[in-house]
Amino acid sequence: MIKINNLDFAYKNTQVFKSISLEFQKGNIYGLLGENGVGKTTLLKLICGLQTPQHGSVTVDELTPSERQPEFLQNVYFLPEEVITEDTTPEKFIQKIGCFYPRYDFGLFNKLMGELEVDLSKKFNELSHGQKKKALLACALSLQTDYLFLDEPTNGLDIPSKALFRKVISQYCSDETTVIISTHQVKDVENLIDPIVILDRDDVLLNASFAEITDKIYFEYGPERIQNAYYTEMLPGGYINVLPNTEHMESNVNIEALFNAVMKNKETIKNLMK
Amino acid sequence: MDFNGHKPIYLQIYDHVCERILSGEFRSGDRVMSVRELGVELGVNPNTVMRAFERLQMKEIIATKRGIGFYVCEDAKEKILSEQKKDFLENEVPEFLKKMELYGIKIEEIVSLQQNSK
Repeated sequence: MIKINNLDFAYKNTQVFKSISLEFQKGNIYGLLGENGVGKTTLLKLICGLQTPQHGSVTVDELTPSERQPEFLQNVYFLPEEVITEDTTPEKFIQKIGCFYPRYDFGLFNKLMGELEVDLSKKFNELSHGQKKKALLACALSLQTDYLFLDEPTNGLDIPSKALFRKVISQYCSDETTVIISTHQVKDVENLIDPIVILDRDDVLLNASFAEITDKIYFEYGPERIQNAYYTEMLPGGYINVLPNTEHMESNVNIEALFNAVMKNKETIKNLMK
Repeated sequence: MDFNGHKPIYLQIYDHVCERILSGEFRSGDRVMSVRELGVELGVNPNTVMRAFERLQMKEIIATKRGIGFYVCEDAKEKILSEQKKDFLENEVPEFLKKMELYGIKIEEIVSLQQNSK
């Protein structure tokens, strides 16, 4: 489990987090959402030890990431958004870093490269952007760490690759693994991410599972715009209205509408979901 | 599988498994694929599949056995059909009746349509 307690973090004069607290439970695929510049990548870097909190604490299974103990590092992998362009093949790359990860499986790497349809003979700098992303994803998954952090993993993937992405991530998930996917492309990871965390400047607005969200919030698809809804938007064929769920109705979370509803009613929804 | 936007995904997965039982793909006493396998096949969060399976268990359509996992219950088909029939009568028929009234269709017209289609 990842525990963040009263965390403060700033880059020089820019405050990113101010006394935020949140937890990530094992066995889940979290979606980390937030507007540009709210600190999604920074949060991932703090959790994997690439940044050090100025105040408060981050612990991952009782270990402190910023101490960078081998025991911690061998069980965590962070796949950044920017792709490397090393003059080496993915195969040589994974063989080089694999030795640091006890559960690394070269057979799994080969299998994933096949499933994701990446050309094994090419070097990173000869692959297209999307192919690079997929090769790095195969590398990340083959390390089989309990904690996996993916920053905008679907950017640049073509349509069939996005479906493959959902399959390989769902396959990776077990009771022992925690995956956090930071993304703006919510359509790409719809039905894959659950729970959802929404970050705001200095703050965490939401950290809830779909079951918890639909218990409190109702997503109505209907012919009209409803007054006093948290959020309402015209869709082809009608409107989506995000409302308080006062009558215990079941509905399907529309992540985009949820996000907009939360951004428009920050305090209300924060209190509602407490 | 294409999900529609209106119905909770776990209920759509519930329906999907029911369809596969009705079609005979999963037979009574057979092992159903695991939560993980179905999650991978559909590209869906395993927790969502688990919710669907919990509902299938609650409705006694599938049950769990130690060491085997989930299997299809003896009278699963009958249970699904009776549930679908109930849903049809409670939800679709009233809609249908409303439309009949709107278009001014008499019940005799429907009866003759039914007889002609036999």
